[in-house]
Amino acid sequence: MSATAVERVSLALRRIREHDAMLKCVIHTLDESATQRARLLDTAPPTPASPLFGAPVAVKDNICTTDGLTTCGSKILANFKSPYDAHVIERLRDAGAVIVAKTNLDEFAMGSSTENSAFFSTRNPWDPERVPGGSSGGSIVAVAARLVPYALGSETGGSIRQPASFCGVTGLKPTYGRVSRFGLVAFASSLDQIGPVAVDARGVARLLRIIAGRDPRDSTSVDEPVPDYEAMLDEPTGKLRIGYAKEYFGEGLHPETRRVVEAAMEMYRKLGAEVFEISLPHSAYTIACYYLICTAEASSNLARFDGVRYGHRTAEPADYIDMYSATRDEGFGSEVKRRIMLGTYALSSGYYDAYYLKALKVRTLIKNDFLEAFKKCDVILSPTTPTPAFKLGEKSDNPLEMYLADIYNCAANLAGIPAISIPCGFTDAGLPVGLQLMAPHFAEARLLQAAHAYQQATDFHARRPPICAE
Amino acid sequence: MPSKIDEAQVRHIAHLARLKLTDEEVSSFREQLSSILEYVEKLGEVNTDGVEPTAHAIAVCNVFRDDVPGTSLTPDQALANAPAKDAPFFKVPKVLEQETA
Repeated sequence: MSATAVERVSLALRRIREHDAMLKCVIHTLDESATQRARLLDTAPPTPASPLFGAPVAVKDNICTTDGLTTCGSKILANFKSPYDAHVIERLRDAGAVIVAKTNLDEFAMGSSTENSAFFSTRNPWDPERVPGGSSGGSIVAVAARLVPYALGSETGGSIRQPASFCGVTGLKPTYGRVSRFGLVAFASSLDQIGPVAVDARGVARLLRIIAGRDPRDSTSVDEPVPDYEAMLDEPTGKLRIGYAKEYFGEGLHPETRRVVEAAMEMYRKLGAEVFEISLPHSAYTIACYYLICTAEASSNLARFDGVRYGHRTAEPADYIDMYSATRDEGFGSEVKRRIMLGTYALSSGYYDAYYLKALKVRTLIKNDFLEAFKKCDVILSPTTPTPAFKLGEKSDNPLEMYLADIYNCAANLAGIPAISIPCGFTDAGLPVGLQLMAPHFAEARLLQAAHAYQQATDFHARRPPICAE
Repeated sequence: MPSKIDEAQVRHIAHLARLKLTDEEVSSFREQLSSILEYVEKLGEVNTDGVEPTAHAIAVCNVFRDDVPGTSLTPDQALANAPAKDAPFFKVPKVLEQETA
């Protein structure tokens, strides 16, 4: 099993060609640069040998690469060619990995279904009539359909875990500051974080070790040692104390999701863990808090798209103000506009204290809930999502209902803690269900050990969508 | 409950955000933003007296580095994506009104 880099990359590109016409998870492939880089790797393999040698990786298209374009799924950046590589891209290349494709996403990572892409909607490989979740839908589907073994997504509020749950793959949102955001197109800077996606915890651990660590170009990246997560997977953890958050098992939880997640809790008990109820009392305020903060930050971050330095510019502006306004009207889709509007409102004179400042205070309380809970347990368990994947178009007309699809995910982003989603079973109709585990700041190793232990005892993560079976 | 926000406010925010909206967009945003604002209003139930705001979950402060020049984008690289340029400058519509001579 020692395929050359060229063989591995060609296989990934061939699988994308075969399956992507239907799945639509890729915005563009990087055939030429990927093949060229693979050839170089075969000629001069990295020393010491890298576990990612020749590994094809799909990258969400809001992460800058000098190969190909970086569109953010937006018309405003439809032709943008980044002059630099994101930190994570440099790290992957140095480890011998090869970026083979840039994947579809909700425009600027704003959405929960990948339907907000300006280009097309991605399909769920388990049922093409359903959404893959979002916003990292493209990266998740590329792994779920086994087009590539690894992918990078990004999270602001559940954008890796929620689609990972809908598509039956393993996806991690690292601690805020664990991975440099340099080269990640900013949505909400205090929440954004790049994260790894793979079939199982081992793949995620392997990727995380490469991309994690301090980068002087992101002053919020934290100087914490990066352990060998993969080597630690099989280390004995002692009796794991798992708290399940009762607020995440209340009204709105789909009965089949509940059944599957409760069976996963039983499995953990069988594996020797202690499983008990804990409380996160401010859970009901998570989505309100999250949407005020993320839109406020987005309205500021997206001010840079003004038609001056890069991206689309309107054809015949009446004056310079019109150049900004018409450019942004033509370039942004409706969800992006809606969030810029909401954020501008929350930050505007007279409303700042009532909305934005209030949300920042509630954020403190949500974070404190976790600090309190982690005095009693090592990890917190919940369903990743309240329901399995919904149908394409089902929530498109109701932004608020779409926002609630991330109801179990956003608290980890607000608190800055790491969280993972792992496949834990299927509904009667054959749709994947995800289990979410959350841990204290920088306890990624513990999360991955807990995920790995479960995956050693189950095979849900190894099941392939029938349409992509081979 | 009255609508949280009226069309004039929607137009005002759109102007602040430099977004040109169609009449249909103004009307649908008025409705959607009202219902979202009504939802987030529930934060009012939470007692936050004496609670400090959290702007960043992982507090990192005073990150210093040595002030040494490093590599940066060349002017050509920086201009490569410009919609209009007159190297080495970005080209934009006239900003200051000039009196005609």
